[in-house]
Amino acid sequence: MIHLQNVTKVFGTGVTGLADINLEIDKGEFVFLVGKTGSGKTTLLKLLIRETLPTTGDIMIGEWDIVGLPEKSIPLLRKKVGVIFQDLKLLMDRTIGENILLPLQVAGRAAQDAANRVSELLEEVGMSEHKEKFPIQLSGGELQRVAIARALALSPEILLADEPTGNLDEATAFDIVDLLSRINSHGTTIIMATHNMDIVKKLHHRVVGLDSGKMVGDTKKSSKPQETTHKHEDKDEKEEVKEEKKDHDDKKEKEEGKTKE
Amino acid sequence: MWNHIRRSPYQALAAILIMMLTFLAVSVFTILIIGSSKVITYFESKPQVTAFFRDDAKQDVIEGLKTDLAATGKVSSMKFVSKDDALKIYREQNKNDPLLLELVTADVLPSSLEISANNLQDLPDLSVYLKNNPAVQEVVYQKDVVAALTTWTNAIRIIGILLIGLLSLVSIFIMSIIIGMKISHKKDEIEIMQLIGATKWYISNPFVMEGIFYGMVGAFVGWFVASGVLLAATPLLETFLRGIPVVPVPWWFYLALLAGELVLAVILGIFSSILAVMRYIK
Repeated sequence: MIHLQNVTKVFGTGVTGLADINLEIDKGEFVFLVGKTGSGKTTLLKLLIRETLPTTGDIMIGEWDIVGLPEKSIPLLRKKVGVIFQDLKLLMDRTIGENILLPLQVAGRAAQDAANRVSELLEEVGMSEHKEKFPIQLSGGELQRVAIARALALSPEILLADEPTGNLDEATAFDIVDLLSRINSHGTTIIMATHNMDIVKKLHHRVVGLDSGKMVGDTKKSSKPQETTHKHEDKDEKEEVKEEKKDHDDKKEKEEGKTKE
Repeated sequence: MWNHIRRSPYQALAAILIMMLTFLAVSVFTILIIGSSKVITYFESKPQVTAFFRDDAKQDVIEGLKTDLAATGKVSSMKFVSKDDALKIYREQNKNDPLLLELVTADVLPSSLEISANNLQDLPDLSVYLKNNPAVQEVVYQKDVVAALTTWTNAIRIIGILLIGLLSLVSIFIMSIIIGMKISHKKDEIEIMQLIGATKWYISNPFVMEGIFYGMVGAFVGWFVASGVLLAATPLLETFLRGIPVVPVPWWFYLALLAGELVLAVILGIFSSILAVMRYIK
């Protein structure tokens, strides 16, 4: 469903954001993008919604050629791909209900239909009683739920979550990830950027590791994770990615064994 | 759009005031240009050369002169005013002053020939031609009045067009700066809307509507003030322009002026807001 081929992003300053990324993500997958700050996780997500263009390489989402996508089609792409932004990007002068309503208004949904969808989403993320509150009145975890509800408003096939547990305590972070897992179980492809390895370890989903813009691991591939030559590797995180890959592979082997039996 | 206006009322007021100023100038100069054109038309339609005959001028000489003048092709119309006709006109003009009426008889007043030329430039030639005729005692023509009015009207027209052009330009810049400030103020909201799939038109539309709104309100207020002043000054103008059919201004003129100004306001509003949108929304 999502296909990145030899994708490189070099910023205007000369800094390499991503280097030669090759990645395939199937429909309905839940993928963790892990890596330290500045490893290229957010850049990768930005490329998927054409917020930025790669310097070289091809990106396909289904039939959409993201690199060659005409300007006028970008809004259409962004209606198909929901995003939970790292800084949430909620409108502080609008109520929770109005924030969730925004994508529906942008898409031109009829008022009653949109209002019903907002109620549905608020219920789905467990925020029905906060509909008339303003963002400033909510906690971090609640705001994340609102951001998730807004991202789901147009029932996207793909949901990109950029550090959705970044500033949350452990219990709340797991609540949010549970919610995302539930959404994924309904068939939505989820790519979640995180550096919270506890969550990554617990959930046994596919893990793609990034370091200094390079892919340093992918638990889906049978081959060894790509080695990075960067001098400032975050060794702990890399080890965690490898561990996660091992866990994942072991689990997969067990499952395959059971299936054969 | 209403939220945009409500949240920054002083900017909205500034935009409306500059538009009002522009359209006040548009109204005033339109009224002046159309009014002075009507005054010129009035004077042009009046006899432009009047030849007063000597008391002993023979009727056949006068008839010969008329035939000769018609043959020049420069005359659009001629009217002979006999001594009796002149007395009637004199009595009509001074009917409220019996003393003046008592002193004057038909013998005192000369007969005359009132001539309108096809072209104002032919007036000097016609005047010279008439003066050379022995039956003519005196020639009076309104070349100077019409020429002075034409000069004034042209000056008003040029000043009006320049002032309206300048004010329109200032309005466009000020409006685009005000709308640009509003766009900058909503930068985060616009970025979010773009990221969740809003089209450029969806984002720009409220700002364009806002520009149109400022333009239309400004135009209406400008028109209202100018029309009010004109209506209030109508009795004074009627006295000043006695006999010249310029005032009272017909009601349809006010409506046509308003309609024209609203169309111009929409164009200015769209132009200035699109200028701001193009500059600030990428």
